[in-house]
Formats: sequence, structure tokens, C-alpha cells
Amino acid sequence: MGPLITQGIIAENWNFILAFVIGIGFGFVLEQAGFSSSRKLAGVFYGYDFVVLRVFFTAAITAMTGMIFFHYFGWIDLDLVYVNPTFLTSAILGGVIMGMGFIVGGFCPGTSMCGAAIGKIDAMVFFASLFVGIFIFGETYSMWEELMYAGSLGPRKVFDTLNMSQGLFALLLIVVALVAFYITARIEKAATKVEY
Amino acid sequence: MAKSINTMKNKPSKYMNPYLAGVLLGLVLLAAFYFTGRGLGASGAVKSTLASVVTSVAPDHAANSHFYEHYTKQDENPIKAWLVFEIIGALFGALISGTIAGRLKLKVEHSPKISSKTRLFAAAIGGLLFGLGSQLGRGCTSGAALSGMAVLSTAGFISMLAIFGTAYMFAYFVRKLWI
Repeated sequence: MGPLITQGIIAENWNFILAFVIGIGFGFVLEQAGFSSSRKLAGVFYGYDFVVLRVFFTAAITAMTGMIFFHYFGWIDLDLVYVNPTFLTSAILGGVIMGMGFIVGGFCPGTSMCGAAIGKIDAMVFFASLFVGIFIFGETYSMWEELMYAGSLGPRKVFDTLNMSQGLFALLLIVVALVAFYITARIEKAATKVEY
Repeated sequence: MAKSINTMKNKPSKYMNPYLAGVLLGLVLLAAFYFTGRGLGASGAVKSTLASVVTSVAPDHAANSHFYEHYTKQDENPIKAWLVFEIIGALFGALISGTIAGRLKLKVEHSPKISSKTRLFAAAIGGLLFGLGSQLGRGCTSGAALSGMAVLSTAGFISMLAIFGTAYMFAYFVRKLWI
């Protein structure tokens, strides 16, 4: 039963090798999907290319459904799976700053690494600037510290927050995704083509 | 611009079908959870690398900072982290994909309406903001939003909505960078 390394079923030594192998899959798929191009990524915000929405939503739903079934079949112990804790204030404020970085810079950290790997100089600059941003945050940490821990809700599940069952939430998410896929395909057709 | 397209001899192959790519990415993410109990990430690797530099260049400074506290207390070099190995793998993975597809090319990609310089300046500002925001938001699009959504954490959905919602709100004001 998983998670295999957490339970000691696979030796801890394998952890970094697995990280490397899983990373290869991660980078390969992102690049194959076109996430190494900032102009393709930005398309989702201007209506000319919705690849981000399609890949991101499909991936989240695939992994979510997989986790639900793995748990149902007794293949994974969900108590040992990390659920990132919710801190309302910092999640929203951090997300807002990241959103501005996304629309101005055209990448997120993972996609900038993919772009940099295939020679995009703009992606390399974005990636290098991540260090600067994190360094500035570190140097001004005392300023942020209180915000960081405000609005703590713990490792909450979204279906509990919304007061519904896990199955219903998962189903609704899939329906929302399908509707979004349909509508964005229509928008994309109507939008002015952008060559890149 | 038109000239550079005409002189391109080998047309790069097309991108993968986005839904297939999404399913594959979901399976990679699921594998990460199944083996390690944690999802994927990107900004965490940058933080670990930075922490490795800061704790070795300025150990006293790092010891006095709550931000590097976690790293100064451990014996291992901060760079020996799961996400660092994962990201090195991701660089290889992207390189393999780009090589197969014929997309390896040193260039600044930008809208024809802006100069390379403007694009690089915007990329620098964007990276800085994203780096800073990822620390406040406890992870980026990969670690906080995507991995969080996969385990149905409230934080994951809030991060996703905040990141994409803000980008949509600001898209109009910086449209000249893209369209």
C-alpha cells in the first residue's frame, strides 16, 4: 500500500532517484504540451489558446480521480499523503502576487524551467529572477511573518469547506471542466489568430 | 520576422494533444503521490538552492533569519532535497522533449509588437514577483495549486483561483506585451 517510500516499502535511498525519474516525466509532458512557450501560455488570458486550461484541468482531475480510486481500492493510505494547509490570507495574497508575475512574465516557475531547458532566453531570465524574488522575500521575512500565519484553517479539504461529500465535489469539478472545455473551444475559434 | 520563418528549414513538430498531455501529467502527479506521499513542485527547488547558497556564504546571517531557520537546523546541505532532484529531472525531460520535437533554439520569444529587451525586462519583473509570491503563498502553480487540487485541499483551490483570477484581472493592462 502506498505511499511506498513513506511506509518504507521502497528504501529511502530510492527517493532521490525516483524524484529524478518523476521529474523527467514532469518536464517531458510540460514541454510536449507547449508549456515551454510563454506566448502559448499567455493565450489562456487573451482567448487565443486555451492549452493551459485544458492541460491543467485534465491533470488535476486525473490525479484527483486516481487518488480517490487508489484510496477506494486500498492502494494508498490518504493519512500519509501531504495535504497543504490552508492559510487564507497568505494563500490569497501570495496568489495575487504570483498572478501578476504570471501575466507580466508569461511563465510560472515550472514552465520557465522547461522553456529554459530548450533555449528560451526569456525563460532563463524569468527563472533567474525567481531567485531574486525569493531572496527579497527572505530578507524581508519579518515583514511578512504575521501575514504568513493569518487565517489558518489547517489541512482542510475543499469539500468540507463547501460542506458537501467528496464524490459530489469531484463530480461537479468534472462537469465544470467539461463545460469550460466546450466554451473555451468556442471562444478560441472566434478569437483573432495569433501567430507564434 | 517573416524572413526568419521562411528560412527555418525543419519545421518543429506539433505539440501533443492537450487532453492527452493533461492525463499524462495527472499520472506523473499520481505517481509522485503514490511513491512519496507528496505532489510535484518547482519553486521549492529554487528556495532550497538559494538556501544552500545563503547558508554557506553567510551562515550567521542565515542562522538569524526565521526564513532559513529550517535549513540551518539540519545537518544536510539544503540542496539535497526531493524537489531539487525532481527539477533537475524536469530539465532533462524538457530537453529530451524539445530535442525530439526539434524545438531546441536559443532565442527570446516575444510578440512582434515588442522588442526583445522589453520582453526580457517583463520576464525579469514577472520572475521576481512569482518568486516572492510563491513564498508567501507556500508554493507555486505546481506545488500549491496543481498538487493541492489533486488532494482536494482548500489551499490548492484558493491558490489556483487567486493566481489565475489575478492574471485575468491584470491581462487587459499588460495586453501590449502579448497581443
